Amino acid sequence: MNNRRRRGIRIRPYTFTGGRTRSRHPLMLQTLVSVADPGTAPPKNLLPESEQIHRLCREARSVAEISAELKIPVGVTQVLISDLADQELIYIHPTITGHSPSENQVLERALRGLERLFQ
Amino acid sequence: MASNVSSNDKSSMVSTKIVIAGGFGAGKTTLVGSVSEIPPVTTEAMMTEASEAHDDTSSTPTKITTTVAMDFGRITLDEKLIMYMFGTPGQARFWFMWDDIVRGAVGAVVVVDVRRLADSFAAVDYFENNPQVPYIVALNRFDGELGHTVDEIREALEIRPGIPIIDFDARDRRSAGSALTTLLEYALSHPTKEPALAG
Ligand SMILES: Nc1nc2c(ncn2[C@@H]2O[C@H](COP(=O)(O)OP(=O)(O)OP(=O)(O)O)[C@@H](O)[C@H]2O)c(=O)[nH]1
Ligand SMILES: [Mg+2]
Repeated sequence: MNNRRRRGIRIRPYTFTGGRTRSRHPLMLQTLVSVADPGTAPPKNLLPESEQIHRLCREARSVAEISAELKIPVGVTQVLISDLADQELIYIHPTITGHSPSENQVLERALRGLERLFQ
Repeated sequence: MASNVSSNDKSSMVSTKIVIAGGFGAGKTTLVGSVSEIPPVTTEAMMTEASEAHDDTSSTPTKITTTVAMDFGRITLDEKLIMYMFGTPGQARFWFMWDDIVRGAVGAVVVVDVRRLADSFAAVDYFENNPQVPYIVALNRFDGELGHTVDEIREALEIRPGIPIIDFDARDRRSAGSALTTLLEYALSHPTKEPALAG
């Protein structure tokens, strides 16, 4: 088989994450992320991309926003965020999917918010 | 505790997502732009085509990555709740990507250009076959006549009974907002189960 198939300039983003391309935390496009301690500067030993994420997340930001702003592919962004979360440098916020009845109160809030904005 | 109120507030922020789907050029990005508090962000998302759930040969580099334009907008609904809207790529060849965009969504609005009903069939079909995602259909009439009754459209697109079908103008903020409101009302009154809990 041709092992070099589809290898090219895109290999780099996956190598600098140590080859892992899966994130263990549930990180969807809409999931919000913010720095654990907003007062602190990012640690010195971070990858440049991780440092950028750390700076960006002083305000809660979604995975999609981080990916678009830093021009890092979504999958790589997820891995970098996951690593920062493992180091307890950033916090991954809960994502409301509507799949559990316990989320209904939040959906009601969402509906009230939409009505307030668009009625 | 030394932490102040604002940092407590921030950590209790949550987000949610709805999907804006539909055929090519149906008015998805227009809808997102009408309701979003930020200009729609069109991002060249690089996505993997292989499905993670079925991919157990993960050590081999068989995943195919593709660059596709996906766009999104944002609405702050209250101080602790943000809703993102994600527009799916309209071109049929990017449909494999829909699963990534749809995963975890509270619901979807399928935008239909009433002049080209056939172009939206595939989008309707996708959601008819994904019962864990509530959806509604929003007819964008592009200044013209509907040309058909709502019943005719339901039949032509094979939209199951009970799925709300509304008529709206994607360019109008309130009209586009009403599509989102209709979706949320429908999702709240038709709770779906996590696939693992179903049955
Ligand atoms: N006259 C009229 N034009 C509209 C309306 N809605 C959208 N348009 C125009 O139709 C074109 C396509 O709209 P988009 O919102 O880009 O459609 P889309 O579904 O995002 O398209 P793709 O992402 O390419 O599939 C744009 O030029 C819009 O300005 C409408 O209600 N009336
Ligand atoms: Mg578009």
